Amino acid sequence: MTLLEITDLTAHYGPVQVLHGVSLSVPERGAVGILGANGAGKTTTLRAISGAVRTGGQIRFEGQDLRGRKPNEVAALGIAHVPEGRGTLGNLTVKENLQVGAYLRKDRRRIQQDIDHLLELFPNLQERYTSNASALSGGEQQMLAVGRAYMARPKLLLLDEASLGLAPSTAKTVYDAIRVLREETGVAMLLVEQNANLAFTIVDTATVLETGRSVLSGTSAELKGRDEIRKAYLGG
Amino acid sequence: MGTFIQLVVDGLAMGSVYGAIALAIVLVNQSTGMINFAQGGMAVLSAYLAFTFLGLGLPLIVAILLSVAASFIIGALIERFLMRRFMGRAEDTQVVVTVGLLTLLTGICGWLWSYNNLQFPSLFPSSAFTFLGAAISWRSFGTFLAIAGIMVLLQLLFRQTKLGLALRAVADNRQSASFAGLPVGRLLMVGWGLAAALGAVAGALVAPRLSLTPGMLDTTLVYALAAVILGGITSPVGVVVAAWLIGVLENLAAVYVPIIGHDLKIAVPFILLFVVLLLRPQGLFGRKTVVRV
Ligand SMILES: Nc1ncnc2c1ncn2[C@@H]1O[C@H](COP(=O)(O)OP(=O)(O)O)[C@@H](O)[C@H]1O
Ligand SMILES: [Mg+2]
Repeated sequence: MTLLEITDLTAHYGPVQVLHGVSLSVPERGAVGILGANGAGKTTTLRAISGAVRTGGQIRFEGQDLRGRKPNEVAALGIAHVPEGRGTLGNLTVKENLQVGAYLRKDRRRIQQDIDHLLELFPNLQERYTSNASALSGGEQQMLAVGRAYMARPKLLLLDEASLGLAPSTAKTVYDAIRVLREETGVAMLLVEQNANLAFTIVDTATVLETGRSVLSGTSAELKGRDEIRKAYLGG
Repeated sequence: MGTFIQLVVDGLAMGSVYGAIALAIVLVNQSTGMINFAQGGMAVLSAYLAFTFLGLGLPLIVAILLSVAASFIIGALIERFLMRRFMGRAEDTQVVVTVGLLTLLTGICGWLWSYNNLQFPSLFPSSAFTFLGAAISWRSFGTFLAIAGIMVLLQLLFRQTKLGLALRAVADNRQSASFAGLPVGRLLMVGWGLAAALGAVAGALVAPRLSLTPGMLDTTLVYALAAVILGGITSPVGVVVAAWLIGVLENLAAVYVPIIGHDLKIAVPFILLFVVLLLRPQGLFGRKTVVRV
């Protein structure tokens, strides 16, 4: 079953068109990567799904058209977005950031269980639980961003460059946790990464964007085998 | 000693009024990044509404509460239909819009209720009680208590409720808030509504002392802005403390510093501002962010 289906997506910032036809689909419980150079339109694609940029083309989630919906309405359908740059709520504590993530949920007791579970997964956050999030390191803020999205208990998680600016070992910690959350909850993922090696530790299939167009897609194994992908994204 | 205590309590009362307007300005600034120069003008309109409800024969407290509720709605509508169009625009555009709104509101009040002084009754008796040999007016003491009480309630709202958390989240990072499912537009309206309601309380409490005119809060706005800068725009508590400080110091200086007197006391917050900003550009309690007014 297809969870998310994007067809011929276009998008503009003012008069400048940056997406010229992006197509991809995410199956239920699947994990799909978006690869591409800087400026290819990866972030814009995720923002289009979340309703943060106006678009042409089609975005269907569980059969419903997402276009024209506001970000909070998209979130209410079960899509959580870990934005590029982490989107930390810096004046709020770690605890409050996680509570904001759970804003749409009514099951209070389960919320606390989920917070406890996250803190086991990210012991760093446990130590900083009542500090302002602005005091966290980059890696901790990224863990918090993933945690905030997880707290919504989404059906689909949009992840935008979760490794950006992190030391390799920290990036690995974050991705290990993402993998655990995926195994435990079966949440589907659409994952943007510059670091294709990291992306391939999670995704089943991936799409390559070039200047706002999908130019190639395939399974992780297929893509890893292709010379142009190895050269461009896997460091040879 | 008696005079001193009296001056301090009177100063705290006026300082509370400055503090309420200042807090309203902070509320709006933290959620939208704007400085609302019309905050005082909106509070004056609220006081006129209370005055009108009073004229319909309603008891004073009911008239004030109705005006507070109406002000909440007016504030929310101003956000939705006026300010939202200018969000994210250049700061000077926003300044022009809110100053324009101030002028418009003053004009509307003058047109509907005239520019004459109107007598507005006080919630508190005009008598005084004695404390440590000082005669303290119930009005000053009541004004101080009422606004201090409201500030505690606001603090509880922001720290202890889901709505308060949502308002702070929107103020902090609008995009993350919306990605988490928070209805950002509606929360911005609530923020403006709360600010307007707070201003309405301040307006109703100070109107008996200043007597009601369309320009009643023009000076108060200046003091409130001084408190905002002095306290640091990121610190609601700091802003209120700064407002109290200004209220008390201006009262004391007017009496104890002969060259200042009542005519020059408006200079007090600015001397204070000047000194503090030289030493601590981020304000007494604020964090280091750039504040442009
Ligand atoms: N807010 C914006 N306004 C104007 N142009 C933008 C904006 N955000 C991104 N762009 C442009 O859109 C293109 C795609 O950007 P983006 O989606 O961020 O790419 P990626 O995430 O793949 O690096 C780039 O050329 C970028 O310069
Ligand atoms: Mg990007």
